[in-house]
Amino acid sequence: MKLRYFAWLRTRIGRGEETLDPPAEIATVGALVAWLATLGPGYAAALADIRLVRVAVNQDYVGPDHPIGPGDEIALFPPVTGG
Amino acid sequence: MIRVEEPSFDVGAELGAFGRGDTAIGAVASFVGYVRGAEAGAPPLVALTLEHYPGMTERQLAAIEAQARGRWPLMDVLVIHRYGRMLPGEPIVLVAVSSAHRQAAFEACQFLMDWLKTKAPFWKLEETSLGADWVAAKAEDDAAADRWETGTP
Repeated sequence: MKLRYFAWLRTRIGRGEETLDPPAEIATVGALVAWLATLGPGYAAALADIRLVRVAVNQDYVGPDHPIGPGDEIALFPPVTGG
Repeated sequence: MIRVEEPSFDVGAELGAFGRGDTAIGAVASFVGYVRGAEAGAPPLVALTLEHYPGMTERQLAAIEAQARGRWPLMDVLVIHRYGRMLPGEPIVLVAVSSAHRQAAFEACQFLMDWLKTKAPFWKLEETSLGADWVAAKAEDDAAADRWETGTP
């Protein structure tokens, strides 16, 4: 699946996007975020406070129970500050 | 119409052209957001950089526009939102709505801005003499958007 990161999540993780192949048991957004946090210190720092992480699957906002699949584009980012 | 673009825009020209020629329009309400250079108790802003999520930005703004059109009898909607680096005094965002009467125009304009601030995937990076910092989201922005859910504008 394609992962995209924005704003300070991007800078802490150290890249804006990547393609990852999580283990088969990672079936929801919540499980994915918990798994990502184990991939390295940058990921752990970016995902330390989950209240500050928003997730979009295929460009729509979703909650932690949302299912994920191999073809999805999943974006993680902080609360938005436009306007 | 939704426009997500990098260059600055001419506020007067945009508003002058908006809805021109449609004589059913009785009211246009608009909001323009500018880069604020000075804030009490903070070092002066050097520049503001807006990052966004291309594709999702347009998708969310279109959804916000559709919601507004569903709630108020609007003739037209224009949303321009910039991304990239901009300097104090430059416009960031313009929202304009036209309707037959003022109340729909005023309300829809505020609704669009309130929702845009909480749904459109933009992030502000502030540059000052002390360095660059991401702007934190404000709880009052969520509250401003939430009040439209409860029907008490």
